[in-house]
Formats: sequence, structure tokens, C-alpha cells
Amino acid sequence: MSEYLFWIPLLPLLGFLINGLLLGKLPRPVVSAVACVSVGLSFVLSLLLFFELRSLPPAAREIEQVLFTWIAAGSFHVDIAFLLDPLSAVMILVVTGVGFLIHVYSTGYMHHDKDFGRYFAYLNLFTFSMLTLVLANNFLLMFVGWEGVGLCSYLLIGFWFHKKSASDAGKKAFIVNRIGDFGFLLGMFIIFWQVGSLEFKTVMEQAPAMFVAGGGLITAACLLLFVGATGKSAQIPLYVWLPDAMEGPTPVSALIHAATMVTAGVYMIARSSVLYMMAPDALMVVAIIGAATAFFAATIGLAQNDIKRVLAYSTVSQLGYMFLACGVAAFGAGIFHLMTHAFFKALLFLAAGSVIHAMSEKQDMREMGGLKKYLPITYMTMLIATLAIAGIPGLSGFFSKDEILWKAFSSQHGHWLLWLVGFITAGLTAFYMFRLIYMTFHGKERMDEHTRSHIHESPRSMTVPLMALAVLSVIGGYIGMPHIFGVTNYFEEWLAPVVHGPGHQAASHALAAAGADTSMEWALMAASVILVIIAIFVARHFYNKKPEAATAMAEKMSGMKTLLANKYYVDEFYGATVVRPIVNGSLFLWKFVDVVIIDGTINGLAVISRDISEVLRYVQGGKVRNYATVFVAGVIVLVAYFIFG
Amino acid sequence: MVPIHAYLMLAMILFGIGAFGVLVSRNVIVMFMSVELMLNAANLVLIAFSRALGVVDGHVFVFLVLAVAAAEAAVGLAMIITIYRNRETINIDRYNLLKW
Amino acid sequence: MTLDYAIFLISAAVAVFGATMMIMQRNPVASVLYLILSLVAQAVVYVQLGALFLGAILIVVYAGAILVLFLFVIMLLNLRSNPELSASLPPLGWFTKVAVPVLMVVELYFVVDRVIWPPVPTGIVGKNPDFGSVETVATMMFTDYMYPLQLTGVLLLVAVVGAVVIARRESAEPRKTTASPDNRNEQPIDTVAG
Repeated sequence: MSEYLFWIPLLPLLGFLINGLLLGKLPRPVVSAVACVSVGLSFVLSLLLFFELRSLPPAAREIEQVLFTWIAAGSFHVDIAFLLDPLSAVMILVVTGVGFLIHVYSTGYMHHDKDFGRYFAYLNLFTFSMLTLVLANNFLLMFVGWEGVGLCSYLLIGFWFHKKSASDAGKKAFIVNRIGDFGFLLGMFIIFWQVGSLEFKTVMEQAPAMFVAGGGLITAACLLLFVGATGKSAQIPLYVWLPDAMEGPTPVSALIHAATMVTAGVYMIARSSVLYMMAPDALMVVAIIGAATAFFAATIGLAQNDIKRVLAYSTVSQLGYMFLACGVAAFGAGIFHLMTHAFFKALLFLAAGSVIHAMSEKQDMREMGGLKKYLPITYMTMLIATLAIAGIPGLSGFFSKDEILWKAFSSQHGHWLLWLVGFITAGLTAFYMFRLIYMTFHGKERMDEHTRSHIHESPRSMTVPLMALAVLSVIGGYIGMPHIFGVTNYFEEWLAPVVHGPGHQAASHALAAAGADTSMEWALMAASVILVIIAIFVARHFYNKKPEAATAMAEKMSGMKTLLANKYYVDEFYGATVVRPIVNGSLFLWKFVDVVIIDGTINGLAVISRDISEVLRYVQGGKVRNYATVFVAGVIVLVAYFIFG
Repeated sequence: MVPIHAYLMLAMILFGIGAFGVLVSRNVIVMFMSVELMLNAANLVLIAFSRALGVVDGHVFVFLVLAVAAAEAAVGLAMIITIYRNRETINIDRYNLLKW
Repeated sequence: MTLDYAIFLISAAVAVFGATMMIMQRNPVASVLYLILSLVAQAVVYVQLGALFLGAILIVVYAGAILVLFLFVIMLLNLRSNPELSASLPPLGWFTKVAVPVLMVVELYFVVDRVIWPPVPTGIVGKNPDFGSVETVATMMFTDYMYPLQLTGVLLLVAVVGAVVIARRESAEPRKTTASPDNRNEQPIDTVAG
């Protein structure tokens, strides 16, 4: 079975090749069949391999398949090789599973688009790249996947490239990601320089011997890798591209900008957990950035009116949670939240897509309202996802978020301040998510007549994935229940062989030794649940019962509201401090350095030699005797040199 | 006994006359003959030194130069004929298409 | 002034005279005849230097065959003395074209001046009567200089083939129409006038 590992990424690649090479030649049913079947088969294969992996003893849970040597130059050796271990198994299941559902959903959502084939080709290419990223057994191949998903993200954000905002958003995403990729590359160089290999296993085994724990080099390497992660996973300061990425088709937002690609940074840090454990300073930075991003993005999300943008900021915020988890060395909790988030955030986006579909492509929540009776399935599924993300007990988001908060509080790398930020963010999350629900599905119908007449529930191909994801959002958390419930945390155990951290070794005996601690954990859990419920009622008060109170409130706090609605003016700040100087500098380089100095020099040389030649060419008079004369004169000079010289 | 310088002077003068002929003659055939004359001047030097050194190697060289001169004459005259056929003149100054 | 010296001076004078006259002639046929005269005089000098074989070769092959080939070509092209060919050069042209050979001769004089060999033995009968005979030259040629000789043979063969290819007409068409359109286009107008 394990020799079929490479088919998991290869199948989507084949789908991409078929759809991409025969672009516009295949009928739509064939295109969607190829795309969905390739990813679906990949999912089935992933499941089979997952069960095979589970049948192995925990220490031996590792399937490695070396396909061929990619680069061999001196001591530098890189293989095209795939590694399936508990961590990548979780990732491929999420990628192919959620990916498959989103493919199916897309067949309905994109049905009217004329670039149907191109869309699915990109989507398959993305799936291939993402699987390469998570299955790679070395940093370089991971980087290939990393770049591949970046490319697909660019292509899909700018899918409707005839819209200027979409193509601009694509460029923005690509350029901002380049900054992160540069950091990733540098981090990779440091690792190779010190360890002499890029293979994960070798690096993780050798790192303790090659690096001074807590030293400058390992900290630099980890921070640089983290820069890569902030780019890909939209963390401060490189998060600005993700909200704009909502210009892409909604299923793309669900797949790439919520469920899978943006989590690549979390995956990468979890994968490098050994390195991060050796660099506590870097861990602290990760935790602080994660917590800050979570809070910051959540506040922006409070004031957005575009349904997809709310979700985008929510994604940034949730990613911040994951990094917070990684930063307090609770890598398992980070991956756990990654997985549950993939379920409920994909569901939220797909449901939002369903709403947008019904609303004739309108995304402004101020023009919605009262959609509950028109879109019952969408409403139900979206409500489940909202409850999950808000952290209502019993749903997946509760378990993962609560674990992160608890780890932030209790871990030796944690701090009560980190917990507090996460705690407040949880309240904000519940608030803005229910604001979204109330504005969209409850209250007065604010859309115009024309739109209202077109509202319809989405087709089966879209609602079935919604329901499937809703089920996952509910049950997804039960594999990782906290210890205080008196059950085994299967998820943490599953990841334990790969993801290193004190949380895991300490987990079991911490449980045993912490009779006193349990009450603390219960207390914190209760506190966050209460906060969430309060937040929900506040949202209900403002956006359902008394919308005028919200307006009044907004007027009172108009300064704050403007600040939030304009996203703290971060884009403007970047524009003024980074983009404008670069543009001006480039203009200078272009208009002056390139055109005047470089072109001037080159053209000047050409002009000079042309003018000289213009005169000198008359030497070539075509008279053979003159040539002979000059020739003989030359001989005379030479002989004179030999005689007298 | 004639000093070797006398032979060398003769060769030198013949060579100079040949060079002068090449440079001033407009008639391509005369020019060509002047080249032959220069070759012969060189031959004369070879034979003079050959005699002075008492070895006949120089004679062999002269023989080879004669052969080369014959080959050159054959090819050169063929070229002259071809050019004449196209240009209808043997004036070297009119063979001036290849300029500027 | 020995007899040898007298013979040398006379033949040298004839050789220089023939060479000078050759380049002064307007009629190319006369040029060829003067060159033959010069070559015969040079052959005398060859013989005086003991090069019996080469002296004979010079007359038979050079004067006899090669220059006849020249004559043949001149006849073939039906060349007469052409005023265009003897038009005087511009003053600057004269100056350079005289000055350059003169300079060269002066320079060669400095070269010759540095030669410090003793006078060469002259006359047909020297110390070694076989010097320069057919036998000695041939022995040398077919032993030590075997490869150069063979290569010279190849060179002659190539030259013959090349001469045939170059001089051949493009096709069997009548002469005036042989010039292909390309060739015609290349002809400047002044050729017709000349």
C-alpha cells in the first residue's frame, strides 16, 4: 500500500494536466468529473494510507517513499521523496477531504462561469502543490510546494482578472508572499549551512548537535522560517494580502485562504518543532505575533460589512490562535485547531458563497437580512459553523480553541497575558460571527426587489458539501478532548511521535500531578464559555433586537468605527512607508539610472563607434593597390622593428 | 670570388622592383608578373645562401617555391579570366565592388 | 675584377633591366617578354652559384611554361595597350607608391649589411663538383624532403582542379547570356563606359 504514496499528489497533477492541456476542449461534466475524481481518489488513498499508518506501532509510524534524486551537487543532496507520518497524514486528510468537498461544491458554484476548465485546472494544481508541501520529506521540496500554492493562490485570486481589483489583489498576495518566501529561503540556508542537509529527519536528528540551544543561529533560523510563515499564513505584519484575496471565487477562499494554504505556515512550524524547541526566544516571538494577530484581526472583523471580509479577518484571527499555540510549544494544539478550523471555516466560506450565489453576487451584509427562510440549509449549516468557531461547548471549535487557551495559560512557554488576549479574542470572535449571522439571516429584508425575486436555495452539489462539513464541524473536536474530561486525547497522542514539545511529555504527568490545576482549567473554560455567550447576546441585542442601538453605538464611537472599518489604516501605512518609496526608488532607477546612465553609456558607446566607423570606413576604398601599399608599409614597420628595435 | 653581398643586393633590387610593380601597375597581369618576380628574388637569396653554406637544402626549397608559383599562376590566371569575363577589364582599380 | 665577377655584373644588369622594363611596358605581351629576359639572366646567376639543375628548371619551367601561360591568357583576353592602364597617378599616389618600395629596399640594405659571410665560391667547378647537380638535389628531395614534395604535388593537383573550376563557365549557354541576372546587377555602369 505504502508504495502508492506518491499517487496522492500525482492524481491531482494528472487532473490538472488533463484539464489544463485540453483547456476548452472538454465538456463541463467531464471537466468536473476529472477534477473531482482525481481529488476524491487521492482522498480515498489518503484514508487507506492513514489506516495503514495507524496499524503500525506509534514509534514506527512513518512511510517514506524516495522517488528519485532531484539535486546532487557535492554534499548537497535533495530527493524527490514523500514522507507520511502522523503530522502529514492529518494534513493530507484535511487537504484532500476538504479539498474534495470544495471541488464538488465548485461544480455548482462555478457552473455559469465561462472559464470553468481553467478554474478546475488551477484548483487541481493547487491540490497537487499543497500535497507536495505537506508530504515533502525535505525543506526544499516543501518550498517547491510552498511556491506552488503561492502561484495557485495568485492565479485563483486573480481568476477574474478582467476585474482590476481582482488582479491587483492577486499581485498583492504574490508580492507580500515573496517577502515571506525570502525569509523561508534564508532560514533554509542557515539550516543547510549548519546541518548540511535539508531532509527533515536528518535535520531534526542532527539539530541538537549542530546548533547551540537558544543560540543566535537557531533563533535566527527559526525567526526566518517564521517570516515565511507570516507571509503564507497571513500574520502580522504580512497579513494584508489575505482580506484582499477575497476577490477570488468563494470556493477558492474556502479552500486556499481558509482551510489549507494559509495553514501551511502552522504546518511548517509544527514540522520544525524540534528547531523551535531549541529557540525559546523565537517561540516567544511566534506566540506574541500569533496573539497580537488574533486580537488585531478580530477587532477589524467587528466593523467590516462585506460578508467575505469578515470571514477573511476571522481567518487571520484564527490563524493567530494557531501560531499562539505553536508559540507556547503546544504544536499539537495548533494542528488540532488547524484541522477543526479547516472544517468550520471552509463551511463558513462555502455557506457565505451560497448566500452570495443566492444574492446575485452581492456581498454587502447591509443589503441582506432575513435570509433564514429562503436558505434553510445554508442557514443551518452556517449556524453550526458559527457556533463551532465561537466555541460553544460540544462543537469542534470549542475543544481546539479551549486547548490553545489552556496551553497559553499553563505551558512553560505561556503567560497569562497571552491567555488574556486569546480570551478576549474569543469573545470578539463570537460577537462578530453572530453579527454576521444576524445581519445576514435575521431581521428585516434589506435587499432590493429584483434581488429578492432571485433568491433561491443552492443546488444539491453545493448543499451536500455544506452538510458534510457541518457534520465534521460538530464531531471533529471529539478526537482531541481535553484530559480533564477524563478521556484520552487521541489527537495529541497521534501526533506525539512527530511533534515535539514539553506539552506532550508533560501532558500525562501534568495531569497526574495537577490535582489543583484541574480546577483552574475548569475555571478558565467556564470563563471563556460565559464570555462567548455574553458576546452572542450582545450581538443579538445590537444586530437583531435593536439595530438602531447599533447605529447609535456606532455614532458614539464613530472614531473607533472609522479606524476599524479602515482596518487601522495598515494598508495606507504600508503604502506610504513601503510601497511608495519602492515605487519612487524604482522610478528613479528606471528614469535616471537605467535610461540615462546605463542606456546612455551603452548607446553612447555605440554612437561613438558608429561615428568613428563612419570616418574610418573610407579606408576600405576598394582599391587593391592601396591595400597592398598599406600592407607593404606594415611589413616595413615590422622589419624595422626587428632590425632596429 | 664574388662577395655574397653582391647576390643579396641583386635579389634586393629585384624584390624592390617587383614590389614597385605591384604597387603602381594598374594592369592586373603585370601586377601578377611582378609578384612572380618577387618570388624569384627570394629564390635567388635561397640559392646564394645555399652555396655559401655548401648545402643543397636551399635548392629543394627553391624547387618547392617554383611549384607553388606555378600553382599560384594557374589559379590566379583562372581568377583573372573569370573576373574579366564579368567586368570586361583588367584594370585593378575597377575591381572595386568590395568597398565601404 | 675576375671573370666570375664580370659575368655576375653583366647578368645582374640584364636581370634588373628586364625587370624594370617589364613594369614600364604598356603592352602586356612586351612585359612578359621582358620578364623572360630577366629570368634568363637570373638563370645565369643560378648556374654561377652552382645551381645547375635549378637554372635549367628556371628556364624550362618558368620561362618556358608559366610565362607562356601568361602569354596565353593575354592572347585569350585579347589585351592591347590600354590608355586607361597607363594614366598617371595623382602626385600623392606617386609619392607613396615610390616611397614605400624605396624604403623597403633601404631597409633590406640594412639587413644585407649585417650579413658577415665570406664570399661564396662561384663558378661551375667549385670544391664539390656535384654541388647542385640533378643527382644531389633529387637525392635530397626524395629522401629528406619527401613529405613536402608530396604535399607540393597535392597542392599542384588542387590548384589545377581549382583553376578549372574557377575559370569554367557557369553553363554551356552563349557567352553574353552567361552572366546571370545577379552578375548583371552587380555591374556598375562605369564598366560599360570603360
